Amino acid sequence: MIPEIGHFALILALAVAMVQGTLPLVGAARNIAPWVALARPAAVAQAVLLAISFAALTWCYVVSDFSVANVVANSHSLKPMLYKVAGVWGNHEGSLLLWVLVLAVFGSAVALFGTNLPAPFRARVLAVQALIAVGFDLFMLLTSNPFARMDPAPVDGMGLNPLLQDPGLAFHPPFLYLGYVGFSMAYSFAIAALLEGRVDPAWARWVRPWTLAAWVLLTFGIVGGSHWAYYELGWGGWWFWDPVENASFMPWLAGTALLHSAIVVEKRDTLKSWTVLLAIVTFSLSLLGTFLVRSGVLTSVHAFATDPARGVFILGFLLVVVGGSLTLYAVRAPALKGGGLFAPMSREGSLLLNNLLLSTAAATVLLGTLYPLLLDAVTGEKVSVGKPYFDMTFGPLMVPLFAAMGIGPLMAWKRGDLAGAIGRLRFAFLAALLIAAVVWWQVSKVSVLALFGYSLAAWVAIGVLIELAERIWLFKAPPADVFRRLRRLPRSSIGMTLAHLGIAVTLIGIVSSESFTEEHLIVLKPGDVTEVGGYFVAFRGVEEVEGPNYTALRGRFEVSRDGKFLYAMSPEARNYPTPPMATTEAAIRPTLGGDLYVVIGEAQGDGWAARLYFKPLVQWIWGGGLFMVLGGMLSLSDRRHRIGAPRQAAAGLAPAARPAPAE
Amino acid sequence: MTTPGEPRRNLLYLLPVLVFAGLAGFLYQGLYLHPSEIPSPLIGKPAPAFDLPAVEGLPGGLSRADLEGKVSLVSVFASWCGPCRLEHPLLMALAEKKRLPIYGISYKDRPEDSRGWLQSLGNPYDKIGADRDGRVGFDWGVYGVPETYLIDRQGNVAFKVVGPLTPEVLESQVLPLAARLMK
Amino acid sequence: MTRKRRRLLTVVAGMSCLGVAVALMLNAYGDGLVFFYSPSELESHHVTPGQRLRIGGLVEENSVVRQSDGLTITFKVTDLSKTVPVSYRGIVPDLFREGQGVVAEGSLGADGVFMASNILAKHDEKYMPPEVAAALKKSGRWKDGAGPEGVTKP
Repeated sequence: MIPEIGHFALILALAVAMVQGTLPLVGAARNIAPWVALARPAAVAQAVLLAISFAALTWCYVVSDFSVANVVANSHSLKPMLYKVAGVWGNHEGSLLLWVLVLAVFGSAVALFGTNLPAPFRARVLAVQALIAVGFDLFMLLTSNPFARMDPAPVDGMGLNPLLQDPGLAFHPPFLYLGYVGFSMAYSFAIAALLEGRVDPAWARWVRPWTLAAWVLLTFGIVGGSHWAYYELGWGGWWFWDPVENASFMPWLAGTALLHSAIVVEKRDTLKSWTVLLAIVTFSLSLLGTFLVRSGVLTSVHAFATDPARGVFILGFLLVVVGGSLTLYAVRAPALKGGGLFAPMSREGSLLLNNLLLSTAAATVLLGTLYPLLLDAVTGEKVSVGKPYFDMTFGPLMVPLFAAMGIGPLMAWKRGDLAGAIGRLRFAFLAALLIAAVVWWQVSKVSVLALFGYSLAAWVAIGVLIELAERIWLFKAPPADVFRRLRRLPRSSIGMTLAHLGIAVTLIGIVSSESFTEEHLIVLKPGDVTEVGGYFVAFRGVEEVEGPNYTALRGRFEVSRDGKFLYAMSPEARNYPTPPMATTEAAIRPTLGGDLYVVIGEAQGDGWAARLYFKPLVQWIWGGGLFMVLGGMLSLSDRRHRIGAPRQAAAGLAPAARPAPAE
Repeated sequence: MTTPGEPRRNLLYLLPVLVFAGLAGFLYQGLYLHPSEIPSPLIGKPAPAFDLPAVEGLPGGLSRADLEGKVSLVSVFASWCGPCRLEHPLLMALAEKKRLPIYGISYKDRPEDSRGWLQSLGNPYDKIGADRDGRVGFDWGVYGVPETYLIDRQGNVAFKVVGPLTPEVLESQVLPLAARLMK
Repeated sequence: MTRKRRRLLTVVAGMSCLGVAVALMLNAYGDGLVFFYSPSELESHHVTPGQRLRIGGLVEENSVVRQSDGLTITFKVTDLSKTVPVSYRGIVPDLFREGQGVVAEGSLGADGVFMASNILAKHDEKYMPPEVAAALKKSGRWKDGAGPEGVTKP
C-alpha cells in the first residue's frame, strides 16, 4: 500500500509539474493573471507530493519491504538502520527521486519566500523549474520506477556493496545533488530573464544567494567525496580525476565563476550576457554530470549500474534543456545591453580575469573527461586521460588565478590602481619569498615546483589578510576603533576572506602531501620495526576476525615516537562472501601535521606485505575546503543576501538602470 | 525589447549552442560504445568442454555431453546477483511450457545459498552444475551474471544474452531462434 | 575607454586565455594521454619501450608468480590470442585474481616485459571495465573448448 501511495504521489507530482510548467508561462506572456497566480500553489503542491513520495520510499527501506524491487536490490534486513536510510538514495532510482525532491523544495522556497519578486517573473522562474522536474519525473516513471513491485517477494534483500557501506559515502552524494540542483535556480532565473529580455542589478541580487547556497553545498559534497576516497579506497589518494569526480568539479568551477560575475552585474550592471551564459552553463554541466554517471558512457571506479536506454533518455533531456536554453540565449542575449564601462585594471577587470581562467579551467577538465569518448567515437582507439594531463593543463591555469586573487580585492571598481595595489601587497610578496627561502633551507630535497606552490599559498593568504587589515584600519587606528570596524564589517566580506584563505590552506595541503609523502612498501614479520615520517611502527602480527558479514585479516601495528608508545593501528583486509568481494580497510591516524596511513596486504611466507605512508599536512586539503564552506555560509547569512533583503531592490526592476550602489 | 546587435555579434552568441550540438553528437555515439553490446566470439562455435559437479543437495551435475543432441538454454546465475532475481520468473514461466531444457550454472555461489534461492523462488532448471571457482565461467567468457546461452543440436553456441533476460529479448530473439533450430 | 575598445580588450584577453589553454592541452596530449592496448595490439603497434600505456585483458590461469622479495609479482595478461608478461611491485588490488579482468598501467621494457606501476582489477562480478571487454572483443576469439591449460599457449 505504502509503495503505491509513493508511486501515485509521483504521478500526481508529474501532473502538477506539467501544469506549473506551461500555464504560468503562457499567462506571463499574455498577461493572464489567474494563470500566473497558479505557479505558486503548484510549486508548493509539487514539493509536498514529492516529499510524500520520498517518505514512502524511505518507509519501504526502513521496514525492509522486500516486495519493492528497489529495496530488494539495494537493502538487506540485517543492515544497520543508518545504511538502510542511506540506501534510499544510494542507488539510481532513489537518487533521482531525491534530485527532483530537492528541485521542488527549492522551487517552493521561491514560491513561499520570493514575495518580493514581480509576479510574472516569479511565474516564469517557477515554470522553468517545473519543466526540469517534468523531465526527471518522466525519466523515473518511464525508465526507472523506484516503486516497481516484485512478485513473489524474496525473503531478504541483496544487500549493498560493502565498499559503499560507509558514513562518508552515505552522506556526500546528497550534498552533491543539493549543489547540482541548487544551480537550477540560477538557470531558471537566467531563462526567465532571457524570456523577459531584461537583466539588471536586481536580477543579480536574487540570483546571488541561490548560487552561493548551491556552491556551499556542492563544495561540501566535493570535500566529503574526496575525503571518502582517501580513507575508504585504500590507495592513499584523495583526487583521481575520475569522470565522476570531474562531473562534480566542472559545475563547481563554472559555479565559482558565476558567483564572481554575478557580483559585477549587481554592483556595476555589466557583464550581463556573460553571466546569463554562465548560469546556463553551470546547470548544464550539472546535468552533464548526471548523464555521465548514469549512462555509463565513461568508465569510472564509482560506476553505477548502467543502461543505454536510460542514457538515450537523459541525452534527449539534455538536448532539450541545454540545447533549448542555448538557442534562446543566441536569440535573446544580443539584446542585453552592457552597462557601466570599466578599465581593464579594475575590480571588474580582475573579476573578469577570474571568470576567464575559471571557465577555461572548466573547459580543459571537460575536454579531458570527454576526450576518451571523442577518440573512441572517431578512431575506435582507447585512451585514458589521467593525472598527468590535468596536472599539465589545470595546474598552470591556477597560477595566474591565485596570483590575481591577492590583487583583485584591493582594486577599486571602474578604474583601479595596479601599481598601488601591488605596493600595498609588498608584504605578501616578501612573505612569499621568505616562505620559499625557509622551506628551501629547512628541507633537504625540495622541488622548485613545491617552493613555488608554498610561495603562491603565502601570497594568497597574506594578500587576503592585508585586505582585511586595511578594511579595519589595523595599526592605523586605536584598537577599540579597529575592533568596532571588525564587528561592523559586512559578513559577506569576512566570508570572502575566509573562502580565499581556504584556497591557501588547501594549496598548502596539496603541495605538502604531493611533495613530501613518504611511502614504504615492505614485507614485515611479526616483531619487525620500520620508520616512517619520524614514527617507529612495530608490526605485532595478524589475527583472523569475524565481522557481521565478512571475515577479515587484521594486522596490529604499534606506533611510537622518541621511545614512547603512542597508539596501535589495525588495518584490515576484508572478505565478503556474498557477493564475493574483498575490500581493504586502511588504518589512518590523522593529525594536523600529517597522517600515518597503514594498509595490510597478503601473506608472504612468514611475513605480510604492508604499505605504510606518512602524508604531511594532508588534512589541510579538506580543512581548506571547510574554510570555503564556512566562508560561503557566513556570506549567505549577510543581511544583504537574505531572501527578504532584495525588497528594496525590487524597485530597481524599472527599465532605467539604477545607479550602482557604492561598496 | 531593444534592437538586436549587429549581425556579426549575433554569430558569437550562436557559438555556445553550436559547440553543444557537436558535443551532443559525440555523446549519442558514446552511448552505443557500450560494453554490453559486445557479441560473444563463441557464437557459432562449439560450447567449451566442461564437467561440473552437482550443487550439494540438488540433483544434477552438468557437462558438455548434456548439451548435445538437443536445443537447450544455459543460464549462468548466482544467489548474490540482483538482476538474476529479476529474470527468474521468466525462466520459471519458460520451464512450465517445457519447450526446451533449461540448464543452470551456479556461478561462484555457496551451495546452501543456491539451494535456498531455488527453494524460495522455484527451480526452473533441468540440471545444475556448480561452478564454485568460476573456471567454467571463464571458459565461456562470462562477463558477469546473469548470462544466458542458447545451444543448438550440435552443441554450438547459437546466441548469447548478457545481463538479465527480458520478455522482449526472449519473445523476439531467443525463442524464435530456438524454434528455427528445432526444425 | 570606449565600449568598442573595451569589448576588443575583453575578446583579446579571452582569446589569449583560450590560446594558452589550447597550448597547454596540446602539450599535455603528448605525454598526458595513456593509450590502451590489448596484448594483440601491443604486438602490432610497435610500441616504443618506455612509453606510458595501459594494457588490458585477463590474468592468465597459473601465471601469477611471486618473486623472492615477496613484493614483486609477475603474471601474464591474455586476450586469449596473445599474452604479455607483466611485472609489478606492490600490493595488488583486492579483486586481482587469476582468470579475472585486469588493466595494468606502465610501460613496456626493452625485454618485452611490461613493467606495471599500477594495477586495476575488475570492480566486482557484475561489472567489467569496458576497456577489458573491448580488448577481449578486439582479440576476436575465445579459444573454443579450451580449458585453462589451452589458454597458456601464446
